[in-house]
Amino acid sequence: MKKNLPIVFVCVLLFALFAVVQVGLSSGFISSYWETNIYLIGINIILAASLNLINGITGEFSLGHAGFMAVGAFAGGVITLNLGLPFLLAIVVGMLAAALAGLLVGLPTLRLRGDYLAIATLGFGEIVRVVMMNIDYVGGAAGLMGIPAVVNWPIIFISVVFTILLIRNFICSSHGRSCLALRENDTAAQMMGINITYYKVMAFVIGAALAGLAGVLYAHYYTIIQPKEFNFLLTFDILVMVMVGGLGSLTGSVVGAVLITVASAFLQSIPELRMVIYAALLIASAVFRPQGLLGAKEVSMNLLRKWGGVLNGSDGSKQAQ
Amino acid sequence: MALMEVNKLSKAFGGLVALNNFNLQVEAAELVGLIGPNGAGKTTVFNILTGLYRPTSGSLVFDGHDLYGKHPHQITKMGMARTFQNIRLFDNLSVLDNIKIAYQAVINYGLLPVFFRVPPFYRVEEQIEEKSLKLLEIFDLKKLAQEKAKNLPYGEQRRLEITRALATNPKLLLLDEPAAGMNPNETSDLLDLIKWIKDKFNLSIILIEHDMSLVMRLCERVIVLDYGSIIAEGPPSEIQQNPKVIEAYLGDEEVASWEK
Amino acid sequence: MEELLQQLFNGLSLGSIYALIAVGYTMIYGIVKLINFAHGDVMMVGAYVALAGTIMGLGFIPSLVIAMIACAFLGVLIELVAYRRVRPVSRLAALTSAIGMSLFLEYTMMYFVGAEIRTFPPGVLTERTYNWAGIIITNKDLLVLGTTVVLVVFLQFIIYRTRTGKAMRAVSYDGQAAQLMGINVNNTISITFFIGSALAAAAGMLIGMYYNSINPLMGMMPGLKAFIAAVLGGIGSVPGAMLGGILLGMTESLVAGFGGSMYRDAVAFIILILVLLVRPTGLLGKDTQEKV
Repeated sequence: MKKNLPIVFVCVLLFALFAVVQVGLSSGFISSYWETNIYLIGINIILAASLNLINGITGEFSLGHAGFMAVGAFAGGVITLNLGLPFLLAIVVGMLAAALAGLLVGLPTLRLRGDYLAIATLGFGEIVRVVMMNIDYVGGAAGLMGIPAVVNWPIIFISVVFTILLIRNFICSSHGRSCLALRENDTAAQMMGINITYYKVMAFVIGAALAGLAGVLYAHYYTIIQPKEFNFLLTFDILVMVMVGGLGSLTGSVVGAVLITVASAFLQSIPELRMVIYAALLIASAVFRPQGLLGAKEVSMNLLRKWGGVLNGSDGSKQAQ
Repeated sequence: MALMEVNKLSKAFGGLVALNNFNLQVEAAELVGLIGPNGAGKTTVFNILTGLYRPTSGSLVFDGHDLYGKHPHQITKMGMARTFQNIRLFDNLSVLDNIKIAYQAVINYGLLPVFFRVPPFYRVEEQIEEKSLKLLEIFDLKKLAQEKAKNLPYGEQRRLEITRALATNPKLLLLDEPAAGMNPNETSDLLDLIKWIKDKFNLSIILIEHDMSLVMRLCERVIVLDYGSIIAEGPPSEIQQNPKVIEAYLGDEEVASWEK
Repeated sequence: MEELLQQLFNGLSLGSIYALIAVGYTMIYGIVKLINFAHGDVMMVGAYVALAGTIMGLGFIPSLVIAMIACAFLGVLIELVAYRRVRPVSRLAALTSAIGMSLFLEYTMMYFVGAEIRTFPPGVLTERTYNWAGIIITNKDLLVLGTTVVLVVFLQFIIYRTRTGKAMRAVSYDGQAAQLMGINVNNTISITFFIGSALAAAAGMLIGMYYNSINPLMGMMPGLKAFIAAVLGGIGSVPGAMLGGILLGMTESLVAGFGGSMYRDAVAFIILILVLLVRPTGLLGKDTQEKV
């Protein structure tokens, strides 16, 4: 049997993580530079995990994530800035708007496969960007400025935990298994009574809603959002996190998001070479570790024991059985 | 009334007629063989029955339901299941998950329990797991429950595919060349297995097979397809004597295996 | 009416540049089934090499040839370093590698030459305009069109009249079978990158002249547009890529010409999505149904 980490252990670990960062922030031990990066890690985890739901779990190939994020960010910004309504409502509306976008993209593009779907969704993201630039209500090309800065560590933390829990619960359910079946063999999945249209759209909608959540958080942390930030390069960044962590692995997405965000934070100190090194690392990781750091595996009790076994020099894989 | 009734079914791909005026009746608990040379249109019949292809013309009624225009997943839920010529398992998932996925055609829960783990979730999940393990045990696959499907030996992959099809609780099972790639021992095991399944699960079976010895020993009735049309139909003993059938197969290696 | 014809003509020259990039894209995709995101950046490198040539006083054609040769080798190198090992293992990893390679080329170039916009020295082409039945035609347009036509004809010759071309077609149809027939698949892939990248370099020089602007990120948008063109035409199909490129160029200049320049970039994608909805494999793509 596949054992999950004991729930108590996970809760203690999460609480400790929360407390350490909270104390670090309020005592000023964590500099504002790293504070920004911690928030960014949180937002990136949400983005990577939700893209992984579409690309890794369901096996679709979407490159529209920046677009979904933009929809969430602007919808949320409109709620708090233009309408002066509370932040919580911004989250709800941002997620709903992005989910709706996911539905609108998901339904017509369902017939497309692989690279065709990829380019169509990428196109959708770019269309969103251009449309935003031409809507004066959301500031046109200048975007929204002066969005209330309400995002703090507890909000980020709760959002990340919510996202991970939501996706995990989904994967470990019959509906999640349907998505996995779809990825593995869509013809056989149909023969098992699975409505593949329904599940493809569902993956798009849930993934988009969570990207929308990330967008709302982003807007209410940076307070300024411009359409041009949400271009296809942002989607590539998220895809890279998913790939580096391991396609299909939820914990891998977390690892990937943390690694990539931290790496680019460190590289900030050498601005001229930053992107060159980043790009070289990307190529190297793809060439030498094409399955990503975790492959499709999850960090679970078995895997930890296995690693422990390797570290102790004994054959951990046997113990884990 | 017959369980499955197909009338004047035709299918053309562009200008190529893959199936022409195909008629079929399957009674409850009947085992029908579908044979014919390569490219005769046998798998096309399966693909139309299961909703993967839409027929160009003709009618299909299964268990009182009109199948025309129905999606594969709907047809599965009406009680039809199939296996594939080239095995199609969920390769990277465990044997147990392969079966669990099939079970959700029978028992499932809504979306709410997925995100918020309310009691129905655990109850139904437990049920699915219990039934899946039981089914695996029946087919002697329980010890492999945690293996990835792609790591199973060939014969066991075939068996898993049949098991998975049965998990959807079918009334009619379509087997597409289940003996392909098997040695004589495995084929004879398969023969017993199919007989046993038919009785134990009380279902009708349509069998596409190239191994004539298997077809002749198993099937109560055989339909022979050639170039998309039925050229003969009847009990195995008659089919063996039918000059049209012999002609269709002439030169084909299958003829030799008839003598077995 | 004249306005319309004028915009269509402008679109024809822009479209022929897209077509030139798209052809390389589609050839490479056809043979390795990988979106080579670095293709647009190879084009950018080509523009810089050509720029260096013209600064050293070389004329249009020598600069073009040097850029094409340099980028041809660059393309082969890219495939060797970034794609050869990963391609058979995971398509998505190969795609990550392609994204990495795209960024690598852009920012390495930026590191060495800076981010500022450069232009070809004035001596390369003295601009002349002709008026033909009310349509303004510049010699720049003619140069772009002429170069494209010559290169495409040459490409057709390679693909359909040489052994190499035959091998390329075979590998793109079925790599494994081609290997069994004794075709050296790896060499054929290298040759495809060689030719595709040379075409990209030519497009780089042309687009640098067309917009009179060269910068390290210039490959990004045209690269993406060219890929759209390739998908539009049916990816893997050379005539499809040309058709797609020209259609895209014309639509864009029509939209820009009639006051929608803000929406120009979106139009490309809208057309793409609409075409894919009607014909999921592009205009000239083959309809492949999975055999069950």
